Amino acid sequence: MEVTLRHLTKRFPGRGKNKGQEVIAVNDMDFTIPDGELIGLLGPSGCGKSTALNLICGLLAPTEGKILFGDQEVTGIPAEKRGVGMVFQNYALYPHLNVLQNIIFPLENLKGDQKLTREAMRAKAEEVAELVQIRELMDRRPSELSGGQQQRVAIARALVKLPRVLLLDEPLSNLDARLRLKTREEIRRIQQATKITTIFVTHDQEEAMSISDRIVVMKDGVVQQIGRPQEVYDDPANLFVAQFLGTPPINVFDARVESGKLLIGGEPVMDTDVAGGSPVKAAIRPEGFEVDPKGPLSCRLKAVEVMGRDVSVVCEHEALTGAPTIRSIIDADEQPDDEMRRSGVVRFSLKPHKVLLFDAETGERLRGAGRDKRTFAGRS
Amino acid sequence: MENRDYKGYLYLVPAVLFLGIFLVYPLFDVFVYSFEEGYNFASQTYRGFGWYNFRYVLRDPYFLQALKNTLFLVFITVPLSTGLALLLSVALCSIPKVRELFQTIFFLPYVTNTLAVGLVFMILFQKTPYSDGLMNLLLSVFGIAPIDFIGGPYAAKLFVLSFYTIWIVLPFKILILTSALTSVDEGLYRAARIDGTPPGRIFFRITLPMIRPMIFYLIITGFIGAFKAYSDAVAIFGVNLNAAGMNTIVGYVYDMLYGDSGGYPSYASAAAILLFAIVLTITTVNLLVRNRGRN
Repeated sequence: MEVTLRHLTKRFPGRGKNKGQEVIAVNDMDFTIPDGELIGLLGPSGCGKSTALNLICGLLAPTEGKILFGDQEVTGIPAEKRGVGMVFQNYALYPHLNVLQNIIFPLENLKGDQKLTREAMRAKAEEVAELVQIRELMDRRPSELSGGQQQRVAIARALVKLPRVLLLDEPLSNLDARLRLKTREEIRRIQQATKITTIFVTHDQEEAMSISDRIVVMKDGVVQQIGRPQEVYDDPANLFVAQFLGTPPINVFDARVESGKLLIGGEPVMDTDVAGGSPVKAAIRPEGFEVDPKGPLSCRLKAVEVMGRDVSVVCEHEALTGAPTIRSIIDADEQPDDEMRRSGVVRFSLKPHKVLLFDAETGERLRGAGRDKRTFAGRS
Repeated sequence: MENRDYKGYLYLVPAVLFLGIFLVYPLFDVFVYSFEEGYNFASQTYRGFGWYNFRYVLRDPYFLQALKNTLFLVFITVPLSTGLALLLSVALCSIPKVRELFQTIFFLPYVTNTLAVGLVFMILFQKTPYSDGLMNLLLSVFGIAPIDFIGGPYAAKLFVLSFYTIWIVLPFKILILTSALTSVDEGLYRAARIDGTPPGRIFFRITLPMIRPMIFYLIITGFIGAFKAYSDAVAIFGVNLNAAGMNTIVGYVYDMLYGDSGGYPSYASAAAILLFAIVLTITTVNLLVRNRGRN
């Protein structure tokens, strides 16, 4: 089912001290989610992503705008008639019912000609339990299940009535790190098997990047960028998106562009065809550094952290903003040599496509005249 | 370490002493009293041990009347007050904006003196040579002849006492149930809504099971409280409850000790032990029902 959001806006009246002042939780969301895709709604807490999810499922009514499932407008349709399945952050399993009863619960609500016999319900529950691999847990209570198993039961309950759209609200945040990794693959597998259009909300960029067909990055209720994870990572629309995606985070420097050269701390570090004059922010991905004794960027070496496959070089530079240290990731066999370690100065050359320039005032991306003309995808 | 064991028991001494003197010893004493036959209050002597006191009490028409009154009171007020409290709590929780205001209003009877409430009830219900009382005034609107609630037929008196009891116990139950209702995870309701669960089904399949432990708590404490009813009857019918035919078991115990027919601690003890046996049985049954429902 294709999901279309048209100028979707949700304003909440201010409370207490801010009475009379409206809070815009979701501001003019406008995009289409293709049928059968897995979409990650991504942003820091309070960016309106959960509100957006509640608008789509119908628990909240939008202030303005429309929501369409396929060709059908569902804006005014109550949640129970939209045919959505939802998995809540804390799973919201009924604690007094066992797994089977939990999964069957939505089916028991069906009325009229949709009504099923007990055997049919049971068969459907078994089928979906098979899909999420909880067949052997059917008569346990939620309290007797691990977090990951509860998660699967919640997904099974959301899937059992074959929803047109599946919504997941922070589905992995209650799981430990190892289980999170496993479960996100599981969600991907289930989504691919069912081909149900799925929207999930997360504040964890790694989670969103790893399993989404597309990610939607939000900030303060406004969509910042929509696109395939790799596209958004490589080609962020603004400094916020660049900083939000990637671990370790991107390194941001105060810089200037003069006569075709990018200057960091007054030193020219690379050629650029971005128009010069005003101050810019130069953001360099951790993997954009290469240790090079003759490199143009010179930094004070703080530490070298060995992580096996690669090495992270921690150093300082006076033009760095935001974070206290630069973190660069390099191959383990290209470590700074003893000479650099002794002198405490490490020199880098930069990979041009990993260096992104932004307007120092607005944070908007600055693109060169000759290359990088790609507009960001998805925002039609 | 032996030293530590000894120290642990030392900490228990105040509680053990206090409970022993004021709770365990009196209980034991009552038990002994109830079997002492022909006890003389003045000389503090008795003839022997036996079941005579129980036989006497169980044949005493005043006791049987008190037992009947108490049982009626218990089985009318406990289900009604619990059901009504549930109804009101659910209603309160569905009007979030003025909930606190109404919660305060419903809580007022709880902090009001029971005797004061009793007085108000008398004014509402009592029929005097000068007036029929407010309730009868209301009934006359519907063309019903005035009823003497305080000194009239048994059913009318039982009605007033039950009405009064429910009114008194309702606030506490509402308080407990509203807090139980608000502690139910909001996510369960949202999940149920998305799955298209009709409101009635949400109530019976989600809300009720979730607040079940609290309902059982209220039923058990309600039974115990209603079995111990006494001051409520006094507040409405005055101290001579036997004359009004509205005595309760606790009232009977009191009368046997200090009333006009008082000075019979053995009969009082026997009645108290009977009350204890009844309450114990009903509480046990309640707990059994609850535990069976849980598994």
